[in-house]
Amino acid sequence: MSPDLASSEPLLTARGLARHYGVRLPGGLMGRRATLKAVDGIDFDLARGEILGLVGESGCGKSTTAKLVLGHVAPSAGEVRFDGAPVPVDHGGDWRRLRRRMQMIYQDPLGALDRRLPIAAQIAEPLQIHRPDLSRADRGARAAELMRAVGLRPDQAARYPHELSGGQRQRVVIARALALDPELLVCDEPVSALDVSVQAQVLNLLEDLRARTGFAALFISHDLKVVRQMADRVAVMYLGRIVEEGSPEEVLHRPLHPYTQALVSAAPSPHAGRRRARIVLRGDPPNPVEAPAGCSFHPRCPVAVARCRTERPPLLREGRRAVACHLAQAAGGGFAPAPLPSAAVSGAAA
Amino acid sequence: MPTAPLPASPRDLHGASPAAGPAPSAAPLATLRGLTVDFDIGERYVRALHGVDLTIARGETLGVVGESGCGKSITWLAALGLLGPGARVGGSAVFDGQELIGMRPRGLDRLRGGRIALIFQDPASALNPVQRIGRQIGESLALHRGLRGRAARDEARRLLDRVGIANAAQRLDEYPHELSGGMNQRVMIAMALAGEPDLLIADEPTTALDATIQAQILDLLRDLQAESGMALALISHDLGVIADMADRVAVMYSGRVIEEAPAGRLFAAPAHPYARGLLAALPDIEGPKRRLETIPGSVPPPHALPPGCAFAARCPHVDGVCETAPPPLRPVPGAPARRAACARLEALVRPPEPAPVLQRQEQRA
Ligand SMILES: Nc1ncnc2c1ncn2[C@@H]1O[C@H](COP(=O)(O)OP(=O)(O)OP(=O)(O)O)[C@@H](O)[C@H]1O
Ligand code: SF4
Ligand code: SF4
Ligand SMILES: [Mg+2]
Repeated sequence: MSPDLASSEPLLTARGLARHYGVRLPGGLMGRRATLKAVDGIDFDLARGEILGLVGESGCGKSTTAKLVLGHVAPSAGEVRFDGAPVPVDHGGDWRRLRRRMQMIYQDPLGALDRRLPIAAQIAEPLQIHRPDLSRADRGARAAELMRAVGLRPDQAARYPHELSGGQRQRVVIARALALDPELLVCDEPVSALDVSVQAQVLNLLEDLRARTGFAALFISHDLKVVRQMADRVAVMYLGRIVEEGSPEEVLHRPLHPYTQALVSAAPSPHAGRRRARIVLRGDPPNPVEAPAGCSFHPRCPVAVARCRTERPPLLREGRRAVACHLAQAAGGGFAPAPLPSAAVSGAAA
Repeated sequence: MPTAPLPASPRDLHGASPAAGPAPSAAPLATLRGLTVDFDIGERYVRALHGVDLTIARGETLGVVGESGCGKSITWLAALGLLGPGARVGGSAVFDGQELIGMRPRGLDRLRGGRIALIFQDPASALNPVQRIGRQIGESLALHRGLRGRAARDEARRLLDRVGIANAAQRLDEYPHELSGGMNQRVMIAMALAGEPDLLIADEPTTALDATIQAQILDLLRDLQAESGMALALISHDLGVIADMADRVAVMYSGRVIEEAPAGRLFAAPAHPYARGLLAALPDIEGPKRRLETIPGSVPPPHALPPGCAFAARCPHVDGVCETAPPPLRPVPGAPARRAACARLEALVRPPEPAPVLQRQEQRA
């Protein structure tokens, strides 16, 4: 179900969005002051009903982006607009009114739930806060309907979170998030804590509910397989910036940026067989406190050229595709995958 | 298959056939037989491991895969006497001719970290936070190889070098918190190598690491194995990691091995309904996008297992015969190298049927 991008304004826009934190590094008497650039100037749009997948390694800024979108933290620069208006961050009345329309699903369902409340009460909680117009009976009926929608049995209504399995708990979280018919779901690693067999249940559930209710989602995951399954569009982050964007098929089957190429080739798959060719990057992911100058990927990039050390490649867009790499430009215009030398590829079948 | 003579040393094995895996006739390096674990839960014991049979050959990579709580970790912890007093361990675990179950603590201490090494998911918590890296590797070198002083320091530096840590000499004087997660896992691997192990047990060694760092560590393990000929028991919940690394795979469910097969064949055509379900439930990067198949329900808790097959409540093929006793692990019909624990194997893995006669007649007409 691809949303019609031309027909409406995006539901969500981020422009020049950044979040920096002041930190102290070891060194000197009091330590050295430095800036951690968790998110460092990102632009993206999300259409109504669209799912944008956000991928990247730990510390690249995925979760900070989620918090910025939800108004949990204030941007250091730039802004997020939801349905045309800036997202407020003061947790006041404006923010609460907006929060009815955007909801969050976290990685750890147990942490997101109240241990002392039966699950039906937790599912009805947003209704109690935001829909005082509903009678108690109506709220109960709506909670029962939500439980059914996420595949929980009526007899489980009085259960407490610890009496449920991990997958059932995540269903409770999803039911609660959908209670107010949100237009946007922010999902931060929603299935990472679940076993494969349960993960598939939850992914299918999200797909079905989306088909029925049409929510848009920012879907954050380190697992490329999961993102491909869920997303209409994928953005790849590295050190606080978006380095590539496109449809899942484009990004995962014909990655342009050297980092995306490495990430895709490193994703283990039981269908890929044994000892397949893989791009193995040298070095550790760099520290966001001291992001390298120029292209921040250059110390690990197998094809970096002199220019990469000084000149930051801008994120260039062509239609639905975007990439930030000096070498991902095709000779006749447009994009082409940055050419990786065969020396960067290891583990090929003997 | 031709029977190869037992190689003189693990190194020879890999010199002769780097990619071919172990010689099929070689006596296994380690053999687990009927291994059980019962945990003391106050009033009574609950069985968490129900008689695991596994072997691992010299130089071989055995992948152990299964969902959280299925017993992947306790299998090896039990074999090495690492479960503590709350656990009762039964059955047998033989390593190179020596029985480990019931072995004196001193004997086990000598083996662990020496000929059998372990690395875990979270290197930071396995390393001592207040001791310099060099000292921690040095202790292992002193214990297992009698190296001290200059010789130990030189060897520690060589090991850090070997696992791909830059500035090894300087790193020896650093503490674990000064290194990244990937580097700490390299340090753990260096410590494991200090005892020149014949068997490395790696329990989710890359689960806490980012994808690009995981690729580095898996590559390193593979190189080290090819170089030293050590066997690797690789425990992971990630089917992709197992497919990438393992020669042979054991799939566990609810405290039992439910299927065991050469890796390629397991992933191409799993025999056990649970193994099939697991593969069908996994999304993929390649191929056409499809709706995921799900396994309904969830794993039964260890204290409430059904009398028959533990997978029965979730199995699409369940039948009366499944519900009387747990099906034993037995050869898959028509595939003697594979074993599966399913009462209905004969019905499920039917040999390919000959083309129906009717069709041929139609063609002739
Ligand atoms: N010390 C203990 N006391 C009681 N039960 C335990 C103990 N250690 C493990 N168990 C139980 O034994 C079973 C097997 O645990 P094990 O740690 O081997 O699982 P696993 O397959 O390694 O799971 P994971 O993928 O989560 O690491 C689980 O039901 C677990 O809860
Ligand atoms: S800009 Fe240069 S360093 Fe950055 S990804 Fe492209 S080639 Fe590599
Ligand atoms: S024994 Fe029966 S219930 Fe168990 S896996 Fe086989 S068919 Fe399914
Ligand atoms: Mg474990």
